[in-house]
Amino acid sequence: MKSTIIKILKEKAIWMVFIILFVAFSLANPRFLSSSNLFTIARQVSMLGIASIGMTFVILISGIDLSTGSIITFVNIVAAFLMVNMGFGMVTAIILSLILSILVGVLNGCLISTIGIPAIIATFATQIVFEGASYLISGGTPIYGFDERFKVIGQGYLGPVPVPVIIMIVCFAIGSFILNKSYFGRYFYAVGGNEEASKLSGIRVGVTKYLVYALSGLFAGLAGIVMLSRTNSAQPTAGLGYEFDVITCVVLGGVSITGGYGKMSNVIAGVLIIGILTNGMVLMNVSTYMQMVVKGIVLVLAVGFDSLQKKRALT
Amino acid sequence: MKDDYILELQHIRKEYPGVVALKDVSLEVKKGEILALIGENGAGKSTLIKTCSGAVIPTSGKIVINGKEFTHMSPQLAAENGIAIIYQEFNNVKGLSAAENLFLGNPIRKGIVVDKKAMEKEAEKAFAQLNIKIDPKTLVGDLTVGYQQMIEIAKAILQDAKVLIMDEPSAPLTTAEVESMFKVCELLRQKGVSIIYISHRLEEIYRLSDRIVVLRDGEYIKTLITKDSHVDELIQLMVGRSLSETFPPREETYKKDEIILELQNVSGNGDRNINLQVRKGEILGLGGLVGAGRTELVQMIFGAAKKTEGKMIFKGEEINPKSPREAIDLGIALVPEDRKRHGVLLGISIKNNINMPIYKKISRASVINNKKELEIAKKCEEELLIKTPTLHQIVKNLSGGNQQKVIIGKWLAANSELLIFDEPTRGIDVGAKAEIYKLMNEVIASGKTILLISSEMEELMGMSDRIIVLAEGRITGELGKEDFNQETIMKMASAV
Repeated sequence: MKSTIIKILKEKAIWMVFIILFVAFSLANPRFLSSSNLFTIARQVSMLGIASIGMTFVILISGIDLSTGSIITFVNIVAAFLMVNMGFGMVTAIILSLILSILVGVLNGCLISTIGIPAIIATFATQIVFEGASYLISGGTPIYGFDERFKVIGQGYLGPVPVPVIIMIVCFAIGSFILNKSYFGRYFYAVGGNEEASKLSGIRVGVTKYLVYALSGLFAGLAGIVMLSRTNSAQPTAGLGYEFDVITCVVLGGVSITGGYGKMSNVIAGVLIIGILTNGMVLMNVSTYMQMVVKGIVLVLAVGFDSLQKKRALT
Repeated sequence: MKDDYILELQHIRKEYPGVVALKDVSLEVKKGEILALIGENGAGKSTLIKTCSGAVIPTSGKIVINGKEFTHMSPQLAAENGIAIIYQEFNNVKGLSAAENLFLGNPIRKGIVVDKKAMEKEAEKAFAQLNIKIDPKTLVGDLTVGYQQMIEIAKAILQDAKVLIMDEPSAPLTTAEVESMFKVCELLRQKGVSIIYISHRLEEIYRLSDRIVVLRDGEYIKTLITKDSHVDELIQLMVGRSLSETFPPREETYKKDEIILELQNVSGNGDRNINLQVRKGEILGLGGLVGAGRTELVQMIFGAAKKTEGKMIFKGEEINPKSPREAIDLGIALVPEDRKRHGVLLGISIKNNINMPIYKKISRASVINNKKELEIAKKCEEELLIKTPTLHQIVKNLSGGNQQKVIIGKWLAANSELLIFDEPTRGIDVGAKAEIYKLMNEVIASGKTILLISSEMEELMGMSDRIIVLAEGRITGELGKEDFNQETIMKMASAV
């Protein structure tokens, strides 16, 4: 009985951290707990949350995707360019740019799986390429002037709930479904745990990798569309360095960087922690630089706790 | 006489939460003897030797080295007192030379500059002492496993080890390499170094050791003088029961004229011109030395390697599997040699492992049918007697024999018709071996066919209906059951 409680506490440790932070900020600043502020937090983390789903898959198969931020920028620029400079309709532009984001993921999959370049280098290369491509298309200047309806995606509300939050919730539902219910979700765990054994169990490891990186591209693309709608202007620096925030959330959520272990529900906690940390510190007038220091420390604490436990389990 | 003992373990007890791994185990090692330590998996051999290296701290008991008493060891203490352990996984750096590896962590220096010349000279001396020929300048990664192990031994001797503990040293070696390892062991014994030798292979123990200590379920059972003991007695002590039925009898179910798999002039993956027929319902044994091309052959059948020439006919149709997936869909399955690395997915549950090849089949619109998934796993658990509290248990926590059952269960669930077993009982203890053999018979009884690769002569002859022997990538002979003979097979296996 006692051991099951400890086990549950260990598995849900990240949610405990979330609750502690939540209570602490509520006590420190009464404005934190207002419903409008809570929705603001949810809206702020929506893009992070969407992109973290794809990254969760990638890290589960013991890969890494450094091109996430670059894909976000690329989708921003391409969607804006299609709508403003080429006169495409909103829906067509969104679909086309999402297809492009999937293709970037497929390219990552090809470099990693078919050619065999280590993921960290392959996705670093695509990061640079598509960052450059974004500058080439935009000429280095922001693109703006979209259809009014386009704003709804990032700025609209459904009742009291912001639309991007709904998109994030739907995406998390899809992500959980893929991991827990679909058969290829099982393949992700298997491939991340042991590639060779997976292959000999009849899993097409190459196809699985393509799929995972394509999904990572798609979710990054979705995050990009939401971002474009929120800012209402496509910047060639939109997603700069975004992949590191996303990786932080996923790792904070307990997904093992060596692959094979992780839960979507805990990644949600990771995303929310980053969200309330940022928001809470802003409310408490903590400087941006100090915020960076705190976030770095939180990452070390979270991963350190996990690593220490694993180390102890070994001796 | 107490002075004769170089190492004594006195009343060692080790408790983990909920488990007692060692209960009051004592043993003594004499100067210059080879002491074999045997027991089934989980008998506590590894835990016991880890108390000598400091990797495990005993709950109670004493370790006495050369008269000095310790309550527990640390890696430094062990090294200072001349205890060296050679683990199954070597502690080497593949990108450094043999000489540099010998002095790993403690290089010969001139100021802050590493003195390569001096190290190479010392290395040469050390190798000469052990009668082994290794160029000190060779990168360790370029050496065979056998030589890498020699370097580990040389390292221990260079650090003036008085007691050398070897954990399953012959497991990764070829027959020839095992021979040279034995020679080095005997040389060390003459020099007064004591060796604690852990192995599953009883023939080795009889060849090499002076005394044998038997452990069972974490308890000390008995010490035997090797030359006065008998194998049957030893096995009985290890498993606590008699094992007359190691190879359970099987009814001959195969039909002479029904061929399930035929290879015609197959070449590739190091094999040349292989012609063979597998009859439905038989166990066809593939004999030969390590490296004879048997694993390479089954890799081609399983789609894990490409054949360059020839035809494969399975159930009357020509097949050409390009991936394991295609082979599995045809009804061919592989139980690989390296269970932990290639066979099971250690980090996920029994249930998931068993269903892994058929997830697509038991899914509708990519959603897994959870009820079916559990049913299939349950059926496997019951039929194969997998010992586990729950099917959600991750496979890492199962014993070797039970892990092997999970792999077999996986292929039974996938409805495979031809099961390829590559060294199915390597590293599995005697008791679990008999269970695996029984399982193989049940597989045959249910109308399936087995292709068995084994380097253990007794197993090969005990289980097969027919044996085909390979040497250097070619077939060198075929024997029917009535002609099985160890010498004939060895002769065929060493044919050049």
